[in-house]
Amino acid sequence: MTTETGADSEAKQPQDTNETEKGKTKAASDPASPQKQPEQLPAAVGHSTPARKEQEPQDDDQESHRSSISHLSKSPLRGVKKVKIMQCKVTLLDGSDYTLDVEKRAKGQMLFDKMCDHLNLLEKDYFGITYKDVDNQKNWLDPSKELKKQIRTGPWNFAFNVKFYPPDPTQLAEDITRYYLCLQLRDDVVSGRLPCSFATHTVLGSYTVQSELGDYDPEELASDYISELRFAPNQTKELEEKVMELHKTYKGMTPAEAEMHFLENAKKLSMYGVDLHHAKDSEGVEIMLGVCASGLLIYRDRLRINRFAWPKILKISYKRNNFYIKIRPGEFEQFESTIGFKLPNHRAAKRLWKVCVEHHTFFRLVSPEAPPKKFLTLGSKFRYSGRTQAQTRRASSQIIRPAPLFERSSSKRYNMSRSLDGAPITENHDTLMKDSSADGTAKIMAKGDIITTVTTEKKAEEEQAEQEDAAETPELAASTQQRHDTKDTEPPVEVAKHQTNISELKRSFLETGDSKPGLTEWEKRLSSSPSAHSPRADEAPMIEPLEPQDTKDEEPAGDERKQEEEEEEPKATEATGYLVKYMADSVVTEGATSSGPHGISLSTTMDDDVFIDGTLREAEEKTPDSQDEVSERSMVKISPRAVRQEVSQAITDKKGTLIILKDDTEGKNTAVPGEDTEDTGLLSAPKDKETVKDDIAVVVKAQMTNEVKTPSLKIDMKPDDMTLFKGMDSPKKAMASWISQEVKVETSEVTCVSAKEVREMKTCDGLQHKAQIFTFEQMAQSKKSKSDSTQNSLFESSAASLAVSTLGWVPSSQKTSAESEQKETEAAPAESAEPAGELSEGGTKEIPVVHTETKTITYEAAEVDSNGDADPGVLLSAQTITSETTSTTTTTHITKMVKGGISETRIEKRIVITGDADIDHDQALAQAIKEAKEQHPDMSVTKVVVHKETEITPEEGED
Amino acid sequence: MAALMAGFGLYTHAIVRRIPASLAKEALRTSEAEVDVDKARGEHDAYVEVLRTRLGLDVVDLPADESFPDCVFVEDAAVVCGDTALITRPGAESRRGETEAMKRALKALNLNVVEMTDENATLDGGDVLFTGREFFVGLSSRTNQRGAEILADAFKDYAVSTVPVLASLHLKSFCSMGGPGLIVIGSSEPAQKALKIMQQMSDHCYDKLTVPDDFAANCIYMNLPDKGHVLLHCTAEQYPESFKVFEKLKDYTLIPVSNMEKVKVDGALTCCSILINKKGSI
Repeated sequence: MTTETGADSEAKQPQDTNETEKGKTKAASDPASPQKQPEQLPAAVGHSTPARKEQEPQDDDQESHRSSISHLSKSPLRGVKKVKIMQCKVTLLDGSDYTLDVEKRAKGQMLFDKMCDHLNLLEKDYFGITYKDVDNQKNWLDPSKELKKQIRTGPWNFAFNVKFYPPDPTQLAEDITRYYLCLQLRDDVVSGRLPCSFATHTVLGSYTVQSELGDYDPEELASDYISELRFAPNQTKELEEKVMELHKTYKGMTPAEAEMHFLENAKKLSMYGVDLHHAKDSEGVEIMLGVCASGLLIYRDRLRINRFAWPKILKISYKRNNFYIKIRPGEFEQFESTIGFKLPNHRAAKRLWKVCVEHHTFFRLVSPEAPPKKFLTLGSKFRYSGRTQAQTRRASSQIIRPAPLFERSSSKRYNMSRSLDGAPITENHDTLMKDSSADGTAKIMAKGDIITTVTTEKKAEEEQAEQEDAAETPELAASTQQRHDTKDTEPPVEVAKHQTNISELKRSFLETGDSKPGLTEWEKRLSSSPSAHSPRADEAPMIEPLEPQDTKDEEPAGDERKQEEEEEEPKATEATGYLVKYMADSVVTEGATSSGPHGISLSTTMDDDVFIDGTLREAEEKTPDSQDEVSERSMVKISPRAVRQEVSQAITDKKGTLIILKDDTEGKNTAVPGEDTEDTGLLSAPKDKETVKDDIAVVVKAQMTNEVKTPSLKIDMKPDDMTLFKGMDSPKKAMASWISQEVKVETSEVTCVSAKEVREMKTCDGLQHKAQIFTFEQMAQSKKSKSDSTQNSLFESSAASLAVSTLGWVPSSQKTSAESEQKETEAAPAESAEPAGELSEGGTKEIPVVHTETKTITYEAAEVDSNGDADPGVLLSAQTITSETTSTTTTTHITKMVKGGISETRIEKRIVITGDADIDHDQALAQAIKEAKEQHPDMSVTKVVVHKETEITPEEGED
Repeated sequence: MAALMAGFGLYTHAIVRRIPASLAKEALRTSEAEVDVDKARGEHDAYVEVLRTRLGLDVVDLPADESFPDCVFVEDAAVVCGDTALITRPGAESRRGETEAMKRALKALNLNVVEMTDENATLDGGDVLFTGREFFVGLSSRTNQRGAEILADAFKDYAVSTVPVLASLHLKSFCSMGGPGLIVIGSSEPAQKALKIMQQMSDHCYDKLTVPDDFAANCIYMNLPDKGHVLLHCTAEQYPESFKVFEKLKDYTLIPVSNMEKVKVDGALTCCSILINKKGSI
């Protein structure tokens, strides 16, 4: 088993370096030159097997033009003479290269979509695009980020790969998807990444032959016909003979069947779908960390020495070159423990962390389980924005096209290959040789700046970078949403494209509802009662299922998912309208200090949750947040905040009308989420809002009354959460949720996470309490909102507002510091209570929104349902301070609460950055966060919400 | 159609070895018990007879070698999975020579024989639990990390996880497979702890059957054509409480096998044979 990253890198690094450098220079000097790219290819594609052919760029290019359906503007010239058009070379799974042009500022998603179009692939969520970074390490392209920002100065070379290996390939809907998965696995096998026995090589090879060549035919096939195919890293004559023996027995088997058999065998291999990363344990022993569908595997040499199923992991984080996992206490331990691993460098640590986040999200989050969702939410700056497996499965089930005809290209041949489109490729070993050598050479790119930034600066920088990412993501999300919202405006094509996303969103939203019924998987796990698992019927009673942490869970999850899906379906239609927001947890990495206190206190709460931390942020937010929210806002942590902030922002901006829907204590507050959503929706997409309003109007209004009473969104939020938990049944709720496109998404996600856990804890009473608290706050809020609105008016072309909330669990003694922090924030204390208040105000005001695009991103540290633990706490004080600079308005809310003997100071800052497009919002955001951190060194940033509003210009809307 | 990892418990052949007279005095043991060689041989004959006659396996009966008092415990000399046989390097130096006869026998069966030549590696087959989907290797006084690594190299298809074994001789001194996905486990604390580790390490779900006596947890499961689930397990005489547990298994052909004497030298049921499936091999 070799690691794609680690192993490759280690082995090939020296050579790779050179190669890459060459590539770089080439790329730099002549980015468009197709000819040079082949050589670089290897560097770009760590993945691919050595045996890969060069393809004719022209054919590919033509192909791309033909096939690309994407709405994205195509480059008129493939020559890329235009500054803004770049030629990308993507190595396909069959080893061929595909060249296409993309706009220089295109995002990863665009390239990915184009590739999927080219490949005629609908079940795309299992796949991704990789590129090689300066270290020649394989990285997954972030769909939400610009290509340019990811590959930096490297060549525009990519590879199309399987990102998430479906544990059960039979569940894939289409043969073509399985075909691509097979191609990936063949490469995995041949490259040695997927080790297998001789017997397995034989079997897999035989199915490969059947798939590619069809029935054995002695007349047509030369005696050594099999030698041109590759089956194993070290292919022997003996192996080939065995393969032939088997091949002869497959007469009549179709290629699709052969691939199914191939996958049935491949999926059982222990390293199937395991993404390996080199690391060292705390004692400096070389180990490998394997990320897979079920969790994190620890290997020493070939031995599995430990395994942490996702449910077992409370938190994942990285700091510099360290990667940490916080483990739920086992049966024999009393406390959770944090295990640290040393990665080769910071980027490796981050890469591993990201892969973990994505895998966790993809394979676990869809399930109704709250914890996983929290996980997602927590995903800090980086989040997996695609669908989860459950979602994609559902989507797959809805594929109605006739099975596409596709030609199976010969792959991994020694001598010849064809491109996907069937064009013969002149293959030569020379190329191969070059590739390999090239791989070896290219390693270190000169790109010092970028890298340096990340590495050197530590947290601040990292955060910056990440925030950049985050910022970008939001844009994406926002844009998407907008599109949906403004369906009218958008061309049908786009709508169609997005629909998938929408449906996903819907699902996730709906899923929340799923959690309501019965035990969540998470809960089951917690209870860990053997009975939860179905023992085999035939076995005697004394046979108990072991409680595998994951395995069993997964299965049930599947069921649940299904259920969820079903539930979702009805709603789906409606839901289509709304977009998915990306919830990222952005936790600012905290020094040990902040984490210390948080960790401890939080940890208690956190036990159930899994956090993914980008940096060492503290996942702990949950407690504080939730508590804060509860006490202050009575809201569920994340979503509420986000909503509030958004709302508040919206208000500030005046762009959106805030409709505050408030439900009573009951969970039925669909309205609430709706409100938030609406707010967001309004803000983000005025057009949509209007439409939405019409539809939803009734609901909203009705709720409005209630809302008036409880101005605070927070309160509303809870109900939402409650609702979610209970079920998405009520149409109203659904409507509301739909309406609140952006917000909702977030909310729903958040809700899902926290909701589950919270549910129990949350009682109507709690909500009520919250409501009460908020009430008084409302007054203050209204004031704020006014001021905000004024500020907002300033915004014009684009406004990005950042809300950074700093959460600190401070022992009472430390409160002082919090206060001092307050002082730090310059400006006029406005007595508005909380964002919630703002929201409510906003809602009241209902300001028409002018701006088209609104993107809101929430980054949260870990959230645990604080609700469960939580007493609302007592609000000691609330304070709001506002400061302004030319382009920035900072509003700081400081809230002190006492909960269970612990005083908590929470500082929430809303920073509104106004300016034209040329302002680097990402930078500004990063700066703001940085400053916030600096101002409150003893506190930790638990949540960052980025809300971006941009005037929609045709151009912008475009990508 | 070739299917890998199919037919857990399906065997066609068994390798056993006769008991040398030296067993009584010289065989390694963790207790001070006196062994009656004749009784032991009687037990063993019955055991082999079950395999051969009752279950219809092709039994390869290796002759005893007086210079290897423990040679009856063939399980430790090799690990066979699919068509691959790993010749081990037993942890007890006095037993290393046992592998020679074993190697010849396995080669005679046309198995793909892999030898453990690394002098830093030790591995007793008794520390290797194959569940049908993965291996667990007990790190014991007889088996070390290196041995486990080599095993992992030999059986690349499977995950190989290590489990510390502190309180007993072998991993399989307190557990074994009782069916596909069913682990039979002793109720002692070390056994339960080991099981916890195994389940933590595994991607797969297992059921467990807990028996009061650790040693009784060592049984032999087969799934034979025309016979279905077959379980060779302890007798009521030896472990009455555990026997009751086995008795409750439904849909099993239960075959109590006496092991009163061999147990005195730490020999369990699985120790005395190597089971091989030649039909399924490719």
